[in-house]
Amino acid sequence: MTRTRKIAVLAIGGLLVTHTALALLQPARIIKINASKYHFTPDRIVLEKGRPVTLELTSSDRTHGFMVKPLGVDTDIEPGETTAITIRPDKAGSYTTICDHYCGLGHTFMKMTIVVEDGSAMTRTSVK
Amino acid sequence: MKTTVDRRSFLRVAGASLGIGALYQFAPMLVRGAAADYVRGDLQRRNGEAPSSFTFAQFSDTHVGFAGAPDPLGTRAFESAVTLLNRSPYRPDFVLFTGDLTHDVDDRDAHAARMRLFGKIAGGLKTRAIHTVPGENDAALDGGVLYREHFGEGHYSFDHKGVHFVALDNVSQGGPQVGAAQRAWLRADLARFSASTPIIVFTHRPLFDFKPEWEWFTRDGGAVMSVLAPYENVTVLYGHIHRHDVRQMGKVRHYAARSLIFAFDDPSTNETKKPLLFDPGDPFRDLGIRVAASQRNGGTADLGVNEIVLSKAEFSGLSGMQQMIRGGQAADGSSSDDAD
Repeated sequence: MTRTRKIAVLAIGGLLVTHTALALLQPARIIKINASKYHFTPDRIVLEKGRPVTLELTSSDRTHGFMVKPLGVDTDIEPGETTAITIRPDKAGSYTTICDHYCGLGHTFMKMTIVVEDGSAMTRTSVK
Repeated sequence: MKTTVDRRSFLRVAGASLGIGALYQFAPMLVRGAAADYVRGDLQRRNGEAPSSFTFAQFSDTHVGFAGAPDPLGTRAFESAVTLLNRSPYRPDFVLFTGDLTHDVDDRDAHAARMRLFGKIAGGLKTRAIHTVPGENDAALDGGVLYREHFGEGHYSFDHKGVHFVALDNVSQGGPQVGAAQRAWLRADLARFSASTPIIVFTHRPLFDFKPEWEWFTRDGGAVMSVLAPYENVTVLYGHIHRHDVRQMGKVRHYAARSLIFAFDDPSTNETKKPLLFDPGDPFRDLGIRVAASQRNGGTADLGVNEIVLSKAEFSGLSGMQQMIRGGQAADGSSSDDAD
């Protein structure tokens, strides 16, 4: 390997480490989501791939569920409490999130969408 | 006479589908030759009773009280299935109901009335016993209080002709789960059995991640299957998905039963979960019941799976349908000679 190539490899590696470290050091973004029969508010959120986010989940009526398996999330949301979950989505995509704690006749329709975009896509989205 | 059969090998073959399909393979072997005698004797020593052929049926997701676009006929499919089974050549020792016996309703008295109506219709079955487990519609909102008042505990077990049956409640424990306490009960319940005991678990939701975004899973299904893992001959019967499905996962075979109210679309070809639309020309499309039945076949006893699919033949012809919708006759197929 030539000296130039070694320097290039080291530089790229350094950039990757720095990028990862910066991502880990970033404060988690906080998004509040409220559940009530039979919807989530908001019903769509956009996250940045690799950036940690804390979802603060509340319920304004009864116990609901919050489940999106591809992001490793499956929890109950109890009324009167805030359930905080911090995730760092590592794969871009659109994920349907459902209430998986039966809450009544409209339960099956209670869902929302979590969109995970990579950094550049987020930039483009914000410019629009 | 010395037998050369390897018990583990023998049971592994049988264990592919023991219980429902398994006895299909297993029972003939039990009635033939020294090897079968050896296995039967071995099972009897280990489990207290050797498996013998018998018949039982599985009904699921009757949703008594529901009447809407996917099925404006309400309980007619359920009533028809009862009549159909009673008129069939099968005489099940018992009938299992795998949840959602009733459709949820906010008013407690109305829900209780639906449970009584379920009991009345199910009581028409010509069988010695009925065993039920709850579905979300029966038990999720009140923690199973009303269900228990009408049907007893949601989890229990019983033995029948050498097979151990286990009812699991995965809807009323606060979320779609069996829960730690019930898993501990299951572990203790199974402790007295040898690994070769045929075990049939019946429950409402699938005990694996069938399609989580459609709610076709149980949160701690993996933990439940871990409790069952030491046992070689396990079959799981469930409902909830309103579709027929059979799949082998490791040593365990999982069977889903059709509903008796409406069917759901195929999850492998549809992104959104939705019921199949009601078709007046084929009102019971994709509805049905399952019978695990002993049959005489070439002098040997088989126990195989038979799917009884309800069809418009029971209400053949436009006049039959019109009569049925008007409620002018019992949903028992007596109009089958009506012409279109």
